[in-house]
Amino acid sequence: MSRKTGLITQRTRAAWMFLTPMLLVLAAVALYPLAQTIWFGFTDASLNDLDGAEWVGFRNYLEWFDYGNGQGEWDGLLVDERWWRAVWNTLKFAFVSVFFETLFGLIIALVLNAQFPGRAIVRTAVLVPWAIPTVVSAKMWGWMLHDQFGIINDMLMKVGLISAPIAWTATPETAMAAVMMVDIWKTTPFMALLILAGLQMIPGDIYEAAKLDGVNPVRVFRKVTLPLVMPALLVGVVFRGLDALRVFDIVYVLTPNTDATRVMSLFARENLFEYDRFAYGSAASTVLFLIVALITIGFIYATRMDLEGKEDR
Amino acid sequence: MAILKRIGFWALVTLIVAQAVFPFYYAILTSLESGQAIFDVNYLPKVIDLSNYRDAFANGVFGKQILNSVFVATIVVVISLGLAVTASYALARIPFRGRGKLLLLILSVSMFPQIAVLSGLFTLVRGMGLFNSLWSLVFSYMIFTLPFTVWVLTTFMRKLPIEIEEAAIMDGASPLTIIRRVFLPLLWPAMVTTGLLAFIHAWNEFLFALTFMSTDTQRTVPVAIALISGASEFEIPWGSIMAASVIVTLPLVMLVLVFQRKIISGLTAGAVKG
Repeated sequence: MSRKTGLITQRTRAAWMFLTPMLLVLAAVALYPLAQTIWFGFTDASLNDLDGAEWVGFRNYLEWFDYGNGQGEWDGLLVDERWWRAVWNTLKFAFVSVFFETLFGLIIALVLNAQFPGRAIVRTAVLVPWAIPTVVSAKMWGWMLHDQFGIINDMLMKVGLISAPIAWTATPETAMAAVMMVDIWKTTPFMALLILAGLQMIPGDIYEAAKLDGVNPVRVFRKVTLPLVMPALLVGVVFRGLDALRVFDIVYVLTPNTDATRVMSLFARENLFEYDRFAYGSAASTVLFLIVALITIGFIYATRMDLEGKEDR
Repeated sequence: MAILKRIGFWALVTLIVAQAVFPFYYAILTSLESGQAIFDVNYLPKVIDLSNYRDAFANGVFGKQILNSVFVATIVVVISLGLAVTASYALARIPFRGRGKLLLLILSVSMFPQIAVLSGLFTLVRGMGLFNSLWSLVFSYMIFTLPFTVWVLTTFMRKLPIEIEEAAIMDGASPLTIIRRVFLPLLWPAMVTTGLLAFIHAWNEFLFALTFMSTDTQRTVPVAIALISGASEFEIPWGSIMAASVIVTLPLVMLVLVFQRKIISGLTAGAVKG
């Protein structure tokens, strides 16, 4: 008995020894910088004088700016129209992109789940957009969407869908659509693979039985496939949703400096490093973090994730 | 009816393949054109002109930038795997109090938006004297590679039966010996997968690389490509941009072709289980 407790103590001690280096690195690279960012949001820090940053309370978020004659106005991030525009742009981007990624991902997954000659080749081809760096995808599409020499305009005009070339990335009305298009193209493979993995876990005899009973395929899809693939699909939606809320690369490369596509990350970085409003940018980063954190916590509670690994034992 | 269905199915398959592959195909096509030829829209290659590729390497900076990317991504993979193997063993195989909470904490770090740590990391990197040094990227990339590697390796190790280490424990082998002798030989497929994904992630990272590097020779390739510009909007050298894009993407596409099964299993590990 004592040998067993000794063994457990020894192993527990080893566990913490193994974990410490990794936890130290994570603390240095994530928790400490996060705390710093939140702190900067409450200071008057500027890029050239970070050490001299002093506490100013909530001024970056909200402050009553008094004109001195009894009148005044609210100032700060929470009443900044540009910020709310960025929040709205981000939400719109996340919602629309993830919606279409899920839809197209489901279609591609269903195709890949069928048996047909050349399936392996198709699966490899589907992975190609995923493998291309985001910056490169944005440049490639930027070129394809070029107003004068772009192949997209050429195709659409040849088919007769448009009569004159469209400046996709430069026109406010289409800039957001262009950004979404690149994101959907690039990340649909991820969604398709997740859903495909879910589809492949459905036992084949369910379909056999449905086929024998002569159930209509649409009904089989709605009553059997969709409910069973739902968990995988939801995980994909949350993963992609969180990813989409922090979008930066595509917008920075494809449509910089447009109000129509300025997202939260871009707004924060502009203030941090371009407008010399380091404290204000930090405040914006903090709010973005809060939004993502709330969604993550909600997700973990909603799905009651099996973190202890009990099911495996 | 059956024939129509078949035609529809194959049309769908063709569409899926075409949309996936066409943009990269078109980038290759453009990279092989130069001068005025670029401004004519072509669907099939007309000429093969390698001058864009020659120009890309002409001044030596691009070559250096590729080496920067290779250096950063490789070191990141080695360090995160090294830290993650022992840590995942502890999380997967040793029951201790607070294990679930710890895993939750690690998982939540992987959800951190990069921008949320950007200003804090910036001061940290500057304070350590690492600004404009590739080590700042090695350091900061741990924020996404480490939680991911730990998570996937933990999931993988949990699935191994208890019997494989029972004998070793009874023989009094230390946990470190058990990892080296029992788990490492079994773990290598999972390590190849996670290593590959971590490599691709580090290779593609943009925000930190854009912020922490200030000179051309220190930049990594995604930033280098993003910052290629002409004297005016009308002089953007699309041919060179596409040549550079093809050069940095081709190795990744090759990796995907060779390792697609491993990559797919790594991407879906943990997520499907959730």
